[in-house]
Amino acid sequence: MEATHDHAHDDHGHHPTGLARYFFTTNHKDIGSMYLWFSLIMFFVGGFMALVIRAELFQPGIQIVNPDVFNQLTTIHALVMIFGAVMPGFVGFANWQIPLMVGASDMAFARMNNWSFWLMPPAALLLVGSFLVPGGAAGSGWTLYPPLSIQGGISVDMTILAVHIMGASSIMGSINIVTTILNMRAPGMTLMRMPMFVWTWLITAYLLIAVMPVLAGAVTMLLTDRHFGTHFFNAAGGGDPTMFMHIFWFFGHPEVYIMILPAFGIISHIIPTFARKPLFGYASMVYATSSIALLSFIVWGHHMFTVGMPAAGNLFFMYATMLIAVPTGVKVFNWIATMWKGSMTFETPMLFAVGFVSLFTIGGFSGLVCSITPVDITIHNTYYVVAHFHYVLFSGAIFSIMGGVYYWLPKWTGHMYDEKLGKLHFWLTAISFNITFFPQHFLGLAGMPRRIPDYAPQFTEFNQISSVGAFLLGFSQLLFLYVIIKCIRGGTKAEAKAWEGAEGLEWTVPSPAPHHTFETPPVFH
Amino acid sequence: MMKTLRQIAGSSLALLPLMAAANYDVNIPAPHTPISNQIYGLHMEILWVCLAIFVVVFGVMFYSVFAHRKSKGAVAAHFHENTTIEIIWTLIPFLILGFMAWPATKTVLAMKDASNPDMTIKVTAYQWKWQYDYLNDGVKFYSTLSTPRAEIGSPGEPGKPVSEHYLLETDNNVVVPVGKKIRLLITANDVIHGWYVPQLGVNQYGIPGFIKDSWFQANEPGVYRGQCSQICGKEHGYMPIVVEAKSAEDYAAWVKEQKAKQAAAEGHEKVSMADPVTR
Repeated sequence: MEATHDHAHDDHGHHPTGLARYFFTTNHKDIGSMYLWFSLIMFFVGGFMALVIRAELFQPGIQIVNPDVFNQLTTIHALVMIFGAVMPGFVGFANWQIPLMVGASDMAFARMNNWSFWLMPPAALLLVGSFLVPGGAAGSGWTLYPPLSIQGGISVDMTILAVHIMGASSIMGSINIVTTILNMRAPGMTLMRMPMFVWTWLITAYLLIAVMPVLAGAVTMLLTDRHFGTHFFNAAGGGDPTMFMHIFWFFGHPEVYIMILPAFGIISHIIPTFARKPLFGYASMVYATSSIALLSFIVWGHHMFTVGMPAAGNLFFMYATMLIAVPTGVKVFNWIATMWKGSMTFETPMLFAVGFVSLFTIGGFSGLVCSITPVDITIHNTYYVVAHFHYVLFSGAIFSIMGGVYYWLPKWTGHMYDEKLGKLHFWLTAISFNITFFPQHFLGLAGMPRRIPDYAPQFTEFNQISSVGAFLLGFSQLLFLYVIIKCIRGGTKAEAKAWEGAEGLEWTVPSPAPHHTFETPPVFH
Repeated sequence: MMKTLRQIAGSSLALLPLMAAANYDVNIPAPHTPISNQIYGLHMEILWVCLAIFVVVFGVMFYSVFAHRKSKGAVAAHFHENTTIEIIWTLIPFLILGFMAWPATKTVLAMKDASNPDMTIKVTAYQWKWQYDYLNDGVKFYSTLSTPRAEIGSPGEPGKPVSEHYLLETDNNVVVPVGKKIRLLITANDVIHGWYVPQLGVNQYGIPGFIKDSWFQANEPGVYRGQCSQICGKEHGYMPIVVEAKSAEDYAAWVKEQKAKQAAAEGHEKVSMADPVTR
């Protein structure tokens, strides 16, 4: 980022400039910024695909893209958003904030950190570029179930390769994060005195190390079934397509917690700051996050209630899934208890945080509805599920990323962002988000399946409302881009402690944070 | 509220022929089988629970948002833990969940019990149609979307969806007798598909190479429409399911008609070994 560039020259005479600086950097702030920009770009790429999808779904019939391309769009939209926008976004925050928050000079493995980032753009090119190869992009849904994904063309192989590359990036990044957190905390910072964002990332990093190899295994089996004569997922050879589902979702369920735990961490910083009150129940928050992470390993079957598992299987997964509501509820109650009897102001980060608590909770309710197996039978693979996961991923994960960006932009750039425009961005986003996704609950209950480009006329009205909302939502994000760029270029000078109620080591260094911070560990009280 | 929702759902069903009317149905379509009735009931129960939690949680939060503002002169308290209240708000959700899990368990067990059926239909999913094989009655046929392609259209040449049951109509419907327990043996020929008819309470994958069972019992005569529920390629949205529940006599008449059709189709291929000379 431009604002930190000057400081770099103060320390070293041999600092590279321009593109070379970013290509060879081992600095956690530079790498954090690259992840965040990459995430924002991918968010717009995935968002563009979503708009094409919603445009096609505006009315029954096929108007814009043929069904084949529609399937490709839904598949790549999901892969780009999950692996290109949400996960790298949170890694960007991890890179910028973890060393600052624990009082470390950088990540433990600064050079590996560079490679973790630079693996991502080629993977993104593989995913997005797969639209251009014969047969088009993979069209099996992001879940890549065989035998359908075995039928696909070379784009499936490109997708598999991209997944491997991104998995390697995540695993290396996670090793870095765990090592940094466990070994490089400032003296006096015991585990139970770490900031919540550091806790949530510690736990997330363990989840990533545990499950990314499982995904790698699953997609490698797809690759060998496709090209090397194996039949893991082919009944004719003694295999079983259901086995893919088990392996995939063993990764897939912890994956969704990987995408929300850092969000919980960010919200746990924003609310205490703007309530001017300490986080309620720090220890419970740590235990709740750990319980969620542990439980996340034993619930994968709730993605498979319609596969025909024996009753015992369905019942076990139903009970385990319902259980996750308990620690999640504890977290929501703790955030509200933090707000309670605080002295609150509602700058943009706080708007996103309150928006998160409200809307993520609604996503939690629809998740609870899905967890009841018989009810899931009527809503599995319908728009109800689409509504559920967009509530937890967009108004959950993405809102926390946006809130976090507004919260820490003053630290990163040295300027306060334009508060009026930030608030406008929040309200436009929150309102249009609900217009887009709330009606989808009704569509799902009424029986409209997902991943279809065309639908029976009784689903028209809610689809039209949803599509209008989607366009409002998509275009509102241009305001976010504008606010960020405007803030980088200038604005009211930000204090070291940019927010009155902010606590934590990152607020003890100047804004913008110098290129190198905590070269000597601080004493943590 | 429940009665109103049922009325809305029910009258919407009756209004199906008037597809031109705007549709704002917000709930599960009217259930017509023992299982789908239980599903409907479970969903309503959990909605009430969610509503109660919503009112309490959002009530507290929005009260706080208004009352505990710096601009209102609120001074921040310093408390940051309270073991008693934390135990309470961990235990109460746990109990609520137990209360919901009990009826749900009964329904799961009922859904799995396909024993003692009155008849069995083998369902095979294809890219992109269904095949039905009535194992007791010897009727077998394919069922394909019957909406004309021209109505669907293509990029640049949009169609005009005018059929009354656009995308939810087939050339051969799955006719079943009313009030009988129908066991389904579901499989697939190529990729994973899903046999999904919401009003019958069935949503189950057809997995190539495996046969798994499900069941339903339509207690009222009527037409029940569904779609494929697992992405299976480019025509995934174009392989619907239409189940027609008929009275015992009408069903028997239909079986007779189907068998006659099949016999006629096979007729000209039959060769009698008794007179090779005539061949």
